[in-house]
Amino acid sequence: MIGNFVGVVFDGVAYGSLLFVISIGLSVTMGLMNFVNLAHGAFAMVGGYAAVVMMTRFGVPFLATLPVAFVVSALVGAVLERLLYRRLYRASHLDQVLFSIGLVFMSIAGATYVFGSQQQPVQLPAFLRGQVHLLGLDLGSYRLFLIAIVIAITLILTWLVERTRFGAAIRASVDNQQASAGLGIDVYRVFSLTFALGSGLAGLGGGLGIDVLGLDPTFPLKYMVYFLLVVAVGGAGTIKGPLIAALILGVFDVAGKYYVPQIGSFVIYVVMVAMLLAFPRGVLGKRG
Amino acid sequence: MGLPTQKWSKGEIIFWLVPIVAYFLFPRYLTLGSQIMIAALFALSLDLILGYARIISLGHAAFFGIGAYTAGLLAKYGWGEPISGLVLAACAAALVGLLTSFLVVRGEDLTRLMVTLGIGLMLFEVANKAAFITGGVDGLSGVEMRKIFGVFGFGLDGKTAYIYSLVVLFIVFIFARTLVRSPFGLSLRGVREGERRMPAIGVSVTRKLVVIYTISAGIAGIAGALLAQTTQFVGIDTLGVPRSADLMIMLILGGAGYLYGALVGAAVFMVLQDYLANLNPVYWQFWLGFLLVLIVLFARGGLMGGVLALRRRFMRRA
Repeated sequence: MIGNFVGVVFDGVAYGSLLFVISIGLSVTMGLMNFVNLAHGAFAMVGGYAAVVMMTRFGVPFLATLPVAFVVSALVGAVLERLLYRRLYRASHLDQVLFSIGLVFMSIAGATYVFGSQQQPVQLPAFLRGQVHLLGLDLGSYRLFLIAIVIAITLILTWLVERTRFGAAIRASVDNQQASAGLGIDVYRVFSLTFALGSGLAGLGGGLGIDVLGLDPTFPLKYMVYFLLVVAVGGAGTIKGPLIAALILGVFDVAGKYYVPQIGSFVIYVVMVAMLLAFPRGVLGKRG
Repeated sequence: MGLPTQKWSKGEIIFWLVPIVAYFLFPRYLTLGSQIMIAALFALSLDLILGYARIISLGHAAFFGIGAYTAGLLAKYGWGEPISGLVLAACAAALVGLLTSFLVVRGEDLTRLMVTLGIGLMLFEVANKAAFITGGVDGLSGVEMRKIFGVFGFGLDGKTAYIYSLVVLFIVFIFARTLVRSPFGLSLRGVREGERRMPAIGVSVTRKLVVIYTISAGIAGIAGALLAQTTQFVGIDTLGVPRSADLMIMLILGGAGYLYGALVGAAVFMVLQDYLANLNPVYWQFWLGFLLVLIVLFARGGLMGGVLALRRRFMRRA
């Protein structure tokens, strides 16, 4: 029973880690540009399809496709930011919501047209399949791998944001855009780079998530709530907030589906509404 | 602009003659016609909160679905009288609207968006899991309506459904029109333009928002009930997020904050959907997204905004 519980928590943490990788970019866009981007999942989907295409058409091994997923999504993000998103930084939230829903619809239709509506397969390398015995527990090796990657990404991001000059520029722009611009920080360049980085991480998460979340054209809509949730609950513009939120949501979602399957995903929505009411600005949020 | 009056302009009267003329001109499209009017009523309900109070909701289908299931279940279990069914459905939706409004009016845009979305998803799950009542994914069938006033039955030709929907739409529209031109409507506009300043002149923002949200939920419930009664079926998609998203698109296409924008947007949307979705549903979704992006980037007022801008230009020249 206890072993069971630990197993559920472990799966939940792995799931939450994945949500974190995908959502962290969204947290940055919302915190930095105050942009409500519902299309963030589309970037994750781009990464997922990039990984699948590399695997199935070109026979690239799974691990090698992940950097490709990152780069492709980051490029797509950079281009869209420059062409479209930038025009709407000062627009109302409503306009941003509508615009990004429009992008979601187009991405779904586009993916259906190119790849068809079926689920995409993923071929994991042998050492990531099966289970690992650790402290008397059977843990899925792929999930361990996910958690390890997320720890690495969190460390790198924290270093990037807190120790580098670029990170200082990001923090300054989040705190006060006008003052930062006045101090000679090229705020728009910071925006572009962080948007590309966030999209890239989403793409990486999309590639990593094929085995856990699945991949089909409805991906951006199906998981939109989860990504938004991580940011809304965690608070935009931080790293720690979304991490905590993603882990809480991951554990509750897995536990809910495991222990009370008859009410299914109901648990997660209750948790979400409750947390939003308890922390309207997010657990560690800087801005609402 | 000046203060709004309750007088009807010529343009408005002509506008309302269109559905009457359409009834005689296009007898083969009456079913589509009543679908358009139901969608228009639903869009009208969203316009009240989005256009006049700037509450972004991605879960308005929740109230549409509650209305639809209330009317559907009443009729299935013996209460097939349409008009009282409509009233009860409106009450049920308004009640849920009132209860959830306290969650929604807290917080800012993103929180509201998430809370409305969350409530919508929760209700969808409830309807999905409570299949013994709602029929789950198969939908609720066996809805049997009695005749309106004991005279007009819902036939296959769709004539009754068309006129019934039109009359209900018109009555609710008069109510909404009166509402937004009343002092209450003006204070809502005040909230929209400056939420922080309204308390300074002694207006309780929260109370205004609760009231309009409840009214809007009730109207959405009427729209849902109309759909259930005229099609004699309730599908679980009445509660789904795609319906909320479509609704938003109709309103934005037509232009939010004019009331007529909701009606025009719904009509254009439904006709386009009827035409394009028959060609290929995937393309339809693509063009829908493309349309949204275009509207946001280049035509923020929607169709109504465009028409009004043209009229202003024309008036200046004349």
